[in-house]
Amino acid sequence: MAKTVVLQRKPLSLSERTYLPQIVTGLKTTFSNMFKEKVTLQYPEEKPIIPKNYRGVPTLVKDPNGREKCVSCQLCEFVCPPKAIRITPGSVPEGDEEREHVEKAPQEFEINMLRCIYCGYCQEVCPEEAIYLQDEYSSSGYTREEMINNKEKLYELGGTLPDSHYKWDQKKTAEDQGNGH
Amino acid sequence: MSSNGNSSMITINLDGKEVDVPAGINIIEAASIHGTEVPHYCYHPQLSVAGNCRMCLVEMGTPMRDRGTGEAILDQDGVQKIGWIPKPIIGCGTNVSPGMHIKTNSSMVKGSQEGIMEFLLVNHPLDCPICDQAGECRLQEFATDYGRGYSRYVERKNVKPKRTKLGPRVTLDDERCILCSRCIRFCQEVVDDDVLGFVDRGSFSTLTCFPGKELSNNYSLNTVDLCPVGALTSTDFRFKMRVWFLKESPSICTESSAGCNTLVSSREGEIHRITPRRNDAVNDSWMTDSGRELYKQVKSEDRIVTPHVSSEPSKLADAISSASELLKDQKLAIVGSCRSTVEEQYLLTKLARNTKAKKFLRGHFGEDDGILLSSDRTPNLRGALATGFSVKYPTDQLSDLSRALSKGQFETLLVIGEDILESGISQDDLKGVKVVFLGTHKNQTSALADIVIPTLTAFEKTGSFINRTFHLQSFKQAVPGPAGLLPDLNILSSLINSLSVDGDQSADLAQIWKQLSKSATSIFHKLSFSSIPSDGLQLNGEKWSELDFVEKKALHFSPTKQLQEA
Repeated sequence: MAKTVVLQRKPLSLSERTYLPQIVTGLKTTFSNMFKEKVTLQYPEEKPIIPKNYRGVPTLVKDPNGREKCVSCQLCEFVCPPKAIRITPGSVPEGDEEREHVEKAPQEFEINMLRCIYCGYCQEVCPEEAIYLQDEYSSSGYTREEMINNKEKLYELGGTLPDSHYKWDQKKTAEDQGNGH
Repeated sequence: MSSNGNSSMITINLDGKEVDVPAGINIIEAASIHGTEVPHYCYHPQLSVAGNCRMCLVEMGTPMRDRGTGEAILDQDGVQKIGWIPKPIIGCGTNVSPGMHIKTNSSMVKGSQEGIMEFLLVNHPLDCPICDQAGECRLQEFATDYGRGYSRYVERKNVKPKRTKLGPRVTLDDERCILCSRCIRFCQEVVDDDVLGFVDRGSFSTLTCFPGKELSNNYSLNTVDLCPVGALTSTDFRFKMRVWFLKESPSICTESSAGCNTLVSSREGEIHRITPRRNDAVNDSWMTDSGRELYKQVKSEDRIVTPHVSSEPSKLADAISSASELLKDQKLAIVGSCRSTVEEQYLLTKLARNTKAKKFLRGHFGEDDGILLSSDRTPNLRGALATGFSVKYPTDQLSDLSRALSKGQFETLLVIGEDILESGISQDDLKGVKVVFLGTHKNQTSALADIVIPTLTAFEKTGSFINRTFHLQSFKQAVPGPAGLLPDLNILSSLINSLSVDGDQSADLAQIWKQLSKSATSIFHKLSFSSIPSDGLQLNGEKWSELDFVEKKALHFSPTKQLQEA
């Protein structure tokens, strides 16, 4: 059993009893801040600078040639912890010169922003580098339906990002130059 | 060298351990019995051995003997020396022999596997994100398990045709093909429809149909299941759903009395595909293409989803109570179905006994293809015999019922799923006769029925069927039924309960099986629903050997009458 020890408090000194030194110390901090740089942003008139790698609203991006990158592999749908992503896979119709060889593309792509937790797993898992969490951070709506971003909205938010691979263009070149058949 | 006194078992040495295996099997099978995986692509237990993928390379040695005298050669410790073959051998094409030594994880074997994987991946497009096989692909699995982990190949890959239509249901992606020839052997050996072959040589080799032919037989989709990679894809399932989302439920195909074992793949209550489940006593690993399309009936346009009383939509409970009002104290005839489960047929028999109703059974018949599509196009005709619903072999035309109706012998008809207007009953016959229809889909009979009670398809309920070889097989619910509907068993049991004085019929499968197995003369004696194993249970159908079953000789089936003659 631990013993209980009762400590004796020292009596307060005169200056401590007046509280004046403590008030002065506090005011010193207050007044010193008046001459420092302002850190408060006047949001929403003023917007913060978003750092690189910020995880904002997930978006779908197109390659610099304006082509859809997503092939609806549904890995993001699988990895999404709150099940915010819902994809209806579809195929690229035969006869589409530019995209025929990619074969697959999403028919519909929905991200429910009421469910999304901005974890960025979808961006990490995407084998086509088609989904990015970009710098958009404020999304709002009047109804639940409005908060579900469909494919059109996702491409509008995403825009175009630089591409260092042009994976499917390489594939097309190989096909055209013909290695084999 | 026999062990345990069992002459069909031999002892081999697998990775340094002495194990007993049946004689005559190959190294892949022997290793798998003892939990060791020998990776393979071209070998399939139900097809001939081709030995062309070289993935199953293992090291093998046999006990050494002197060639002249035949005496065992011993080492210093007096143990017989093992003569190791200097190069690896294929596990699929080598049968085990007594005393054989096998190494499945030596550095030579690992080196061979890495080498083979590297060669297979040289021209593989690696388009897993758009490949339907991803998630159940042997190439993906073995690349991670036995592959090198990185690619040394910098040259440009071969380009081959991507969307070749081999037939109405199968699409070929040539780039992904690893030339294992399983599909070719399947068509030759199982279906006896030789349509596929390889053309060109080396890395230009391509799978193709012979000129003027196409892969259109009713078993073509089995080649898709057989394909260890994503080369052969089902045109119906192509790009529809990734396999890792699918929940697989064991089921039985309802197409014919062959009773193929199946897996029903669904996601969130929607069925996406049906694939065969291996059962060496029934369907090996195959099923028909037509059977795979049956899932479409679940969401079809003509599905009955609301109960109707006198053509007015009503609640299910109201429909059931008005049905029992209609059936009470009437001259009743029941038209049963060979598509009902064993349990439903039992309850229907009981209902007929309680109401002193006359029983009629309709069969459905078609062409027999000699493999897995039998002439009897219902899954449970033998169930109707076994439960005592019918003693006669059913026919397509209900001429007995037609005659009785024209004489005015019946006031009420209870029809289970069947379209009686299609089987020789005319609208005039039904004048003044009340019809209660229980079924899943609309037909002419449901259109004129006074009471329509919707029931569930085989995908939405649990039960059992008896197939053409009297093999009792159970199936599990794969997806939930339409909102507000009840399984057939519940509807039948509430009809029984409301029609009899001491109604205590349970709709619970275990309870029904207790009643079914009570009689010592029943072929269900001492059985219970939970005791039916996943690969089914063989029942003794001798009692009905005098009946003229229509099925012809087929895979794992020979007609009993012919057997007796032979």
